[in-house]
Amino acid sequence: MQIELIEIRDHLSRFPPFDGLPEDTLDEIAPQVEIKYFKAGTDILSYGAPIHDLHYVRSGAVEIYRRDGDLYNRLTEGDIFGQFGLLRNNKVRLPARAIEDSLIYFLPAALFHQLCDNHDSFADFVEAEGQSRLKSAVDSHGKASDLMKIKVRKLVSRMPVTVGPRATVQEAAQAMTQEGVSSVLIVDPDSSWPNPARVEPLDKPVASMIGIVTDRDFRTRVIAEGLPPETSVCDVMTAHPITVQSDDTVFEAMLQMLRNNIHHLPVLSRRRPIGMINLADIIRYESQSSLYLANSIYNRKSVAELQALVPDLRSTFLRMANEEASAHMIGSAMAGIGRGFTQRLLELGEEQFGPPPVPYSFMALGSMARDEQLIVTDQDNAMVLDDSFDAKLHDEYFLKLATFVSDGLAACGYSYCKGGIMATNTKWRQPLRVWKRYFNDWIDKPSAQTLLNACIFFDLDSVYGNADLVETLKELLADKASNSPLFLAALARNALNRTPPLGFFRTFVMETDGQQKHIINLKGRGTAPLTDLIRVHALACGATAQNSLERLDAIAATKLMPQEAINHLRYAFEFLSIVRIRHQALELEEGRVPNNYIEPEKISATDRHNLKEAFQVLSNAQKFLRFRYPAHPAGKSR
Amino acid sequence: MSLFMPREREPQTVAPNWQAHLAALAETAKDSHLRGFYAAGVPAADTPIRDVPMIALDVETTGLQVGTHSIVSLGLMPFDLNRIHCGQSKYWVVKPMSELSSESVAFHHITHSDIDNAPRLTHIFEELLDAMAGKIVVVHYRNIEREFLNHAVHVHLNEGLSFPVIDTMQLEAHLHGSQLKQSLWSKLLRRQPLSIRLADSRLRYNLPHYQAHHALTDAMATAELLQAQIATHFSPDTPLGDLWL
Repeated sequence: MQIELIEIRDHLSRFPPFDGLPEDTLDEIAPQVEIKYFKAGTDILSYGAPIHDLHYVRSGAVEIYRRDGDLYNRLTEGDIFGQFGLLRNNKVRLPARAIEDSLIYFLPAALFHQLCDNHDSFADFVEAEGQSRLKSAVDSHGKASDLMKIKVRKLVSRMPVTVGPRATVQEAAQAMTQEGVSSVLIVDPDSSWPNPARVEPLDKPVASMIGIVTDRDFRTRVIAEGLPPETSVCDVMTAHPITVQSDDTVFEAMLQMLRNNIHHLPVLSRRRPIGMINLADIIRYESQSSLYLANSIYNRKSVAELQALVPDLRSTFLRMANEEASAHMIGSAMAGIGRGFTQRLLELGEEQFGPPPVPYSFMALGSMARDEQLIVTDQDNAMVLDDSFDAKLHDEYFLKLATFVSDGLAACGYSYCKGGIMATNTKWRQPLRVWKRYFNDWIDKPSAQTLLNACIFFDLDSVYGNADLVETLKELLADKASNSPLFLAALARNALNRTPPLGFFRTFVMETDGQQKHIINLKGRGTAPLTDLIRVHALACGATAQNSLERLDAIAATKLMPQEAINHLRYAFEFLSIVRIRHQALELEEGRVPNNYIEPEKISATDRHNLKEAFQVLSNAQKFLRFRYPAHPAGKSR
Repeated sequence: MSLFMPREREPQTVAPNWQAHLAALAETAKDSHLRGFYAAGVPAADTPIRDVPMIALDVETTGLQVGTHSIVSLGLMPFDLNRIHCGQSKYWVVKPMSELSSESVAFHHITHSDIDNAPRLTHIFEELLDAMAGKIVVVHYRNIEREFLNHAVHVHLNEGLSFPVIDTMQLEAHLHGSQLKQSLWSKLLRRQPLSIRLADSRLRYNLPHYQAHHALTDAMATAELLQAQIATHFSPDTPLGDLWL
């Protein structure tokens, strides 16, 4: 097999119906392709002529006509034609003509039928009669949920530009200028990777791409620092950059950019870099994306300017909710935007008060750390300071910075935490050694009362600064908790405090709000106890994941619970979250302050039925939790 | 009369009679593979290009000096005016006689570890000649492919390798002859001279951008370019003799 035909293979892989095929199948298709160039104005297919190939537009543009000569469709790069002829009697049904100079790939009929037989998605695509109509409807709508399905490789338009580690910054800049790109990858020439000539087997250890340099790096690390043109590119590159796999979805790429505030992502196929995507590629694809908002956060120069983005934040949330993005997507995007606000405020604060006297990490807690943030949310944060911190010398600085950020967040709609869990509180602005003591105490001497408040600290993630400080705490918690049955039991009891609103015969037991309406608290009696329950199992497994769905993945890997039970929890969590999101979106649209209370009479019968199912799942899972982490663990009762 | 009429005719040697030339070599060549290659012959000079089986060839080398530098990879892509046949393509990385320099590594991404287990060029000669036999070789800039191969054969067999080629770069140079020679006026106006490099030539025919300097990709790119040149500037009835060199 000629896997050297990488240009053909990679191009096919970016367009439907080929984008849904496995990598191995794509490897087998490329060598069977034949190619022909058609000058603008020449006929490609004539009515009734025999046809033995599926046609694929590699470049140029092609018009398809009806038998009566009317225009049927206009195709461009990545579109296919000729499938109707192949599916009927190998006679051309719809003639085709090149309207621009076009390069056409031909895939033999035998291969076409084999792909239809073996891949349902391929067959569905080519057999869809109204394909062109459907495609344009989807294209113009730009549904957010498509981001979850479309693979990153679809956005890749060319191979990445690379230089060796011995290149100078001048040579790297020349390569970028010549190729007209805004970033260059540094690869080790002594590794067999990233030779485009072949695909490495997965298990073979190969040296990886060693770094990346972007336009911005030339400004900040070369020119601003006054470095000479002969400086080694290795001295200014970002080593071991964050990457995405070509199979990842555009949404995952977007999250990587959001979380890390980066604008360039190398795309790998296994270990081979096949391209580069940048922020503009995604924004071009989806102009209203949450990334667009996140990006504009970093251009704001004051709290007032940040505050002006709040309406955009609302509309992003509404748009995602209305376009039926999943709860996971919305939660991650909102958390990403919240991180963006926090990071920008810290940058502005450091500009105003000067650089930090000792390293620190600004830590997100609760829903932001779990990537499960919604539109109504408190700020829950803390600071972990380096152990060289001396309160007398340094605390004034950090208090000022924390106050600046906390006030800024409040101005942007992230209201102050009623429980005082904010970096402005001295207790939650401490060096690492004190934080370790807090966590050790919580785990060694658990009591229902301490845990009630401490739970929020068991979902933690670094937002800004030296992330290692927070990673140390995450690992301490995961390691120690999994070996502390008493702590797990206390945490489990805590997780049972709030129960789902289910009565006898699976009817709702409802609460009454101030206006005597029958309501259900979707957060307090739904998503929150579910999150608590998942956290207990995850800590028991020693998992460091924070997101509830990722925690479920980690739990599944340990076989602590049967796969089916995990699937039920996943479904219940997603459903409760999405109902909560839709409810908040509706409240926002009707000009009310969004809350978590729904009136069951006001939702559809189907939703009501599904809600009962979801609460039942939660109820069963709580029974299992009680049994799994007993108050007097057998091992401790001597 | 040929459609292919250079604007400024160079003092031209009469195109060799390649059929007769190869027939003679089939008698005199000492090596049996070479004799077989020559015996397969080439189509007559008056064969219309639409009927000519062709094969695009690209070699990547450690540098530009024949004798000092040597071949590291070869790509072959058989085609005709109607189809480019990817399924019959061939690609080899070979162990060069000279050292890999870091510049050449950066250029075509073939590294020391790639060539450690690669065969010597001699070991693939038979397969290479078999693939080329009976077809007209198409290259972009014949001096590299023809001279490096000729030299390599000389070193291994102590006799030369001779075959006709169609050179897409030469075609491009003739088609745009007047724009290549810069007049004083153009220089004063700082007009950019027209580039006839492979990637730039392809742009004129709206052919897509490829990653350059991979022997098989470049061979494919060359085959597409010839199809585009013929479709744009020539008739498919153009006799082979007007195109080969």
